[in-house]
Amino acid sequence: MLFRLESRGNRSEFWTYASPVLAIVLTILTMGVIFGVMGAPPLASVETFLISPLLTASGLSALAVRAAPLIMIGIGLAFCYRANVWNIGGDGQFTLGALAGGGLALAFPNEAFWWFYPLVLVAGIAGGMAWAGIVAFLKLRFNANEILTSLMLVYTAQLMLVWLVTGPWRDPQGFGFPQSAQFGADATTPDFGTTSIHLGCLLAPLLALAIWQIMTRTVLGFQLRVVGQAPRAARYAGFSNATLTWVALLVSGGLSGLAGIIEVTGPIGQLTTGITPGYGFTAVIVAFLGRLHPVGIIFAGLLLALSYLGGDAAQISLNLPNAITGIFQGVLLFYLLGADVLILYRLRRTRHMPSTTEPAA
Amino acid sequence: MTLFFVTSFIVSIMAASTPLLLAAAGELIVEKSGVLNLGVEGMMLIGAIAGFATAHATGNAYAGIIAAAMAGIAISLIFAVLTLSLLANQIATGLALTIFGHGFAALLGAGYVGIAAPTLGKLAIPLLASIPVLGPVFFNQNILIYASFAIVIFISWFLRKTHAGLILRAVGDSHDAAHAMGYSVIAIRYAATAFGGAMAGIAGAYLSLYYSPLWSQDLAAGRGWIALALVVFSAWRPFWLLAGAYLFGGITFLSLYLQGLGVPIPSPLISALPYVGTIIVLVLISRDSRRIRLNQPACLGKYFHAVT
Repeated sequence: MLFRLESRGNRSEFWTYASPVLAIVLTILTMGVIFGVMGAPPLASVETFLISPLLTASGLSALAVRAAPLIMIGIGLAFCYRANVWNIGGDGQFTLGALAGGGLALAFPNEAFWWFYPLVLVAGIAGGMAWAGIVAFLKLRFNANEILTSLMLVYTAQLMLVWLVTGPWRDPQGFGFPQSAQFGADATTPDFGTTSIHLGCLLAPLLALAIWQIMTRTVLGFQLRVVGQAPRAARYAGFSNATLTWVALLVSGGLSGLAGIIEVTGPIGQLTTGITPGYGFTAVIVAFLGRLHPVGIIFAGLLLALSYLGGDAAQISLNLPNAITGIFQGVLLFYLLGADVLILYRLRRTRHMPSTTEPAA
Repeated sequence: MTLFFVTSFIVSIMAASTPLLLAAAGELIVEKSGVLNLGVEGMMLIGAIAGFATAHATGNAYAGIIAAAMAGIAISLIFAVLTLSLLANQIATGLALTIFGHGFAALLGAGYVGIAAPTLGKLAIPLLASIPVLGPVFFNQNILIYASFAIVIFISWFLRKTHAGLILRAVGDSHDAAHAMGYSVIAIRYAATAFGGAMAGIAGAYLSLYYSPLWSQDLAAGRGWIALALVVFSAWRPFWLLAGAYLFGGITFLSLYLQGLGVPIPSPLISALPYVGTIIVLVLISRDSRRIRLNQPACLGKYFHAVT
């Protein structure tokens, strides 16, 4: 081996923030290679993928619209991961939020009270919380692995959505398409002016800042961090693991549910079978790339939102499948996880000496 | 007549169980070495597209299986480099594998949607296949169904009766002790991870070359995750894995069968049966945390960084 890893002894502040930058640069280079392999001009394709969506006003507002759910789910997931709770079912909690709030809106289509919209949002939050609550309950009561349960609930939620929009909630005037009726005017997320930017785009960064305050300024936030970083110390200090698991999952589920109900009452306007292109999974990358930090997550959410727009742009102007988005996201996470080794370790060149004690690494 | 139905039920259940068994058998060895690779779903998808594309290009389904195994190994080595050499978080890296696998299969598969590749033929074993009832069920199947049984017997024998199996278990249960005894923990874990990748890749090829006649996106449909749950269900014992895989094959079959019968339950809800079933089984198994702790490899998911 040419290099070996040497422990730094403590976390490198520099590499905590330099690692995402390094990962992004390496991902862009790799994307160039992938475009080349697929027979597209590398430089021009990267420009189409990452820059062209940002050059128009409509592109920028589309970016904000895509980033809103990613940021909301991402801060919730970061909250969980800090507490060492591996919720990866953001997509399911998002869907349940859309179903709970959407169901309420469909049940009362002509409700004309100013408080009906907030009520729909609250229902969405409750739906997401309930779905995440199942995960918390099964983990604490039966010791069931939250990674697997939260993921199985993603599939279950998706199938519930399909059932509802093809069955009981299908729009009678929808020509048989698998979709619900459009939501009424009082259950619609308001837009700003003529752009597609909606309330959720404003709410997402505000929620991120609120969560940051909770993490840094409250006892609860402190306990969450201790449980995540030093579970033993937390136990000695008498912090209740159960309470924190509940809080982490409910906060995260509530935020995902809110993202879901805002998405269907806003940009989509009705329930359909395809309300999420995997936001819950992309948000995992958002959380890690943003260093599990609310401010970082805002930037990471914008970058990953760009990868969706880039995929569409590549499809339209380069005639490539928009699945290129998934490749970008996967490669980015690979590089990020690899580069993160530099936070705790430094690379040392190994001298040419035949060591008798074979280094196992 | 009823006999005919029973035979065809059993054959359908075997068909649904095999991909779970193949992938879970690989993951069992991976976890026995102390590595938790959550990317089974992604490796399956990559195996599925690699197998499909190769079989489509060469016209040979067996070439597809080999390509799928190679692709599974290749992607699992990315996981190994990140988690074993660069000490990245195994949970996050496994997720990255799955996200990448989805993207990769969708990208390469974009041109294949709705197209068929050569399917894996059945290999009748002479004489045995002509036994009534048992013959068609057990001795007239495709090669991967035979292989799935062979692999369970093999890993059970390997883990219990061989020296190499003992070393693998030692690495998974106490990497420090294994290291002190002079075994290369990292090299052994690399090998185990690659085996898991090959098996998941082959499971993917089974889906794209036999189980599903046409290429479609998201062919794995959560089977990689169910395979992970099966390893927990089996408490890391190969023959229990077989039982678990057939239990889930049975549930999958039941959900397809009920939809075919036209029972008054909406079909999306019946389709949810395997996923809800996984949660229920996981709950029943995990209740007894002592039993899990007793059987789970002690170093599962832990970092190993030799200082010397």
